[in-house]
Formats: sequence, C-alpha cells, structure tokens
Amino acid sequence: MNRLRAWFLAPTWTANITLFLAPLAIILGYSFLTRGVYGGITSPWTAESYQRLIDPIYLAILWRSFWVAGASTALCLLLGFPLALFIARAGRLKNFYLGLVMLPFWTSFLVRTYAWMFLLRDTGLLNTFLQKLGIIHSPLPLLYNDGAVILGLVYGYLPFTVLPLYATLERLDRTLLEAAADLGAKPWATLMRVTIPLSAPGIRAGAILVFIPCLGAYLTPDLLGGGKSVMIGNLIQNQFTTARDWPFGSAVSLVLMAIVMVLLFVIARGEGEDLL
Amino acid sequence: MKPRGAGLAIYAVGAFLFLHLPLLILSIFSFNSSRFTVWEGFSLRWYSAALHDTQLTEAAVNSLIIAVVATLFSTVIGTLCAYGLWKRNSRPLAGSLYLSLVTPEIVTGISLLAFYQWIFRFLRVQLGMHTVILAHISFSIAYVVIVVIARLRTVDATLEEAALDLGANEWQAFRYVTLPAILPGVIAAALLAFTVSFDDYVITSLVAGVDSETLPMVIYAIARRGVNPIVNAISALIVVGFGSLVLISERLRTA
Repeated sequence: MNRLRAWFLAPTWTANITLFLAPLAIILGYSFLTRGVYGGITSPWTAESYQRLIDPIYLAILWRSFWVAGASTALCLLLGFPLALFIARAGRLKNFYLGLVMLPFWTSFLVRTYAWMFLLRDTGLLNTFLQKLGIIHSPLPLLYNDGAVILGLVYGYLPFTVLPLYATLERLDRTLLEAAADLGAKPWATLMRVTIPLSAPGIRAGAILVFIPCLGAYLTPDLLGGGKSVMIGNLIQNQFTTARDWPFGSAVSLVLMAIVMVLLFVIARGEGEDLL
Repeated sequence: MKPRGAGLAIYAVGAFLFLHLPLLILSIFSFNSSRFTVWEGFSLRWYSAALHDTQLTEAAVNSLIIAVVATLFSTVIGTLCAYGLWKRNSRPLAGSLYLSLVTPEIVTGISLLAFYQWIFRFLRVQLGMHTVILAHISFSIAYVVIVVIARLRTVDATLEEAALDLGANEWQAFRYVTLPAILPGVIAAALLAFTVSFDDYVITSLVAGVDSETLPMVIYAIARRGVNPIVNAISALIVVGFGSLVLISERLRTA
C-alpha cells in the first residue's frame, strides 16, 4: 500500500503547501518588512509592525475582539447547554433534533447574518412589531452595535457548542446522577456539582470551537456592527485594502494565528486523540 | 423530576425557534408585495426582479462555475487523501488540514492575496476566476477529508485484504472494493464542498478579479447599504437550495 498511499496524499500535500502554508510563510516574511511609498513592501527588515500593535488604538481593537468573542462564547455555552441536555435525553428523536440544530448551520452564513439585519434595523420586523403594539414609539437602535454583533455570532456558532456538549452529555454515566439523588442532592445541586463538572471536556471543546471563529470574525462585525464595531478581522482587511499597509496587516494576522494555535494546543492536549 | 423535564422541553422549543424563525420570516417576507416590512399581499415581483437583474444572474453563473469546478477537484483530491490517511495516519498532513480549517477566513484570504501578488511578479496573469477556483479547491479539501474519513471508519478493512489475497492490486482493491462502499460519503462530501464554496464571501472577495464577481459578493455589496427586497428573494432561494442539498447529503451520509 505504501507506494499508492504516497500518490494519494500527494495532491492534498501540493494544494496545502502551495495554497495555504506558502501564503502563510509569505505573510510571515511581509510582517517583518517595511511599507513602501505606494503601499507595496520594501526593505529593510524590521519588527516595527509588531511594535505598532502596542499603540492604544490597536490594543483597544484587540480588547474589543476578545470581549465580543468572549461574551459570544459565554452566551453560546449558556444557551447551548440546556439544549444539548434536552437532546441527550430525547431518546429516539435525538438525531432529528441534532439535524434541527445543524440545518441552519449549513445554510449560507451570509444569508443568516442578513436575516438579522432584516429583523433588527430601524424599520425592521422587531421595531415595526413593537411600534404596532404601542410598546415603543420610536424605533430602538437594535442594529449597528456590539449587541447586534454578539447576537449574530451567537446565532452563527451556537451549533458549535451544542454538538460537543451533546457528545459528552450523551456519554455521561446516568447512575452517577441517580447516586447523587439517592444521597439527597436536589436536581439543581446534581446539575451544578455532578453534570456540569463531568461535562467539562465538552464545555472546553465547545468554548474553543466558538471562540476561535468569533475572534477572527470579519463578516458579522462588518454587517451587523456597521463599521462601528471594529474587530481584528476588520483591522486586517482594512490594512490590505484601504490603508494599504501590508506589513502591519500581516503582523496582525500572525498575532491572530498565534492566539488560535495556542487555543488549539490547549484543546488538542485535552482531547489526547487524533485531530481528524 | 417531571417539571424540570417539561421546563427543558419548553426551553428547547424556544431555542429551535431562535435557530429557525429568522430564516423562515425572511423567506416569508420575500413574497411580500411591499418593499417595506408591512405585509401587503403575496407577490413574486422580487423574484422576477432578481431574475431580470443581469449583475445578479451573471454573479450567480460565476458562483455556479466556481463551485462546480472547485467541488470536482476538491472531492477527488480530498477522497484520495482521506483514503491515504485511513490506511496510515500522517500527523503533519492531518495537522496542516486541521489548521487550514480553523484559520480565520480573513487570514487565509489575505495570505492568498499576498501569495498571488507575489507569484504574478513572475507570471503574467491576474486575479480572476482561476485564482478564486484555486482558493476554493484549497479550503474545501479539509471538509471533504473529514466527511470521507468518517465514512471510511465504518468500512471493514479486511475486505480489501481479501481482495488483495484474491489477486487484486492495490488500485483495484481501492477502486472496486472500498470506493463503492464509501460512495455515499463521497457524494455527501461533494455536496458539502459545493455549499461551502458557493457561500464563501471573505476569501473570495479578496482574491477575485473584475470578471469574477460572485453571488455572495453582490449580496454583500447590497446588504452593506441596507436591506433590499431583492436580496430577501435571493436569500430565500439560497436557503431552500442549500437546505435541500444538506438534507440529501445527510441522507447519504447516514445511508
């Protein structure tokens, strides 16, 4: 098999090296170069792009990204846990419910984000509805703020927490819950002191799976934040288009990659199994 | 125990509504004859307007061409890779594929852009359909590998050994024994690759040229200016189209 296997892996290696790893290497090189007069890149080699990240403006964007991604992750876990618990206890309908969770996830991310623009804008469905009911008299500013971005991210990535949480809750030894009940624990105490601690692997996996894409989000903050809620992704895009500062954009990208890889290392160590 | 179970069920209904209502409402309002968010009556005018908008139809054709070509290549390449990894895992390759999957799209996009610009210094080519297709093949492979390898794990490896013992060569064992067994998984992977490719905005918009505007790029440009009933109609079509593909794919994956 060994001869054939090498040929079978070769096309993927080729595609991955030329169209993923080599481009990352180029970005790494660019991040240590200087911005040219017309936007290109020139010598000399310098670490200036990384030093510029300490500027309070950029630190604020980093902080905001962490805050928005963190809040979205927390909400995903909070909303996803009871849902995963429900599905894990659903018996024969499990697969149907899992399908219901995954279905919107596989429909267009762009369309799902746009749907929230449709609901949240000033003349959108929610504001129109609330005004009709006479609860409010002028439209609430629901769109174009951090809250809308977090809502969009939670909506987009909720399935990422439900699946790993479901996987751990499903494997949970139910006799432990009975033991807790027999020993006098109230349902709430059982949940807090038995179920949740035992589902820690699922919680950690779900948290990282949501946090990573949220941290690097570009589309959601751009559409639902309306340019006001700038996150790392938007900063990178801006450096490569409008600002035309490729070295700085590259440096920011690599910092983002470094954070992602640290998080992955954490998850890989926790799982202790093959990645694919 | 009983009331808590009921509470959980009520919560689950709420959660499913949260997941599905936004797309459902958007789809319903795509049939609204008014351009405002007040229901005025059933109408197909926005669908008709979308079909008569040449910018939209041209972009849709571009998206289809890109997605079909990228799907063909990534499915073949990814299936071969999954088979190779199933035979014996390669940690560097699996790790590299996994990394490509979790790398933020914006980073993948700008690094590809920088890479193309660098290559173009030596070759006289420009950004266009080909650069988009190459990018899509690259990022779809990992999805294909994941789906196909999951299917391969259900295959009995001794069947191939039996084929080899009976005189088949390695290629014949793959072609006539294992491949037919994993075919539903391969088709499911292809459908997934198609939806991922058709939907991509972030990477595509960075590596597209003037002649290769895709449907998500047009939708995005309109959506940035605000809500537009024509986009509601296209969105509904995409939701239904993607939904059917995913349902078919799920059927095949579990078949």
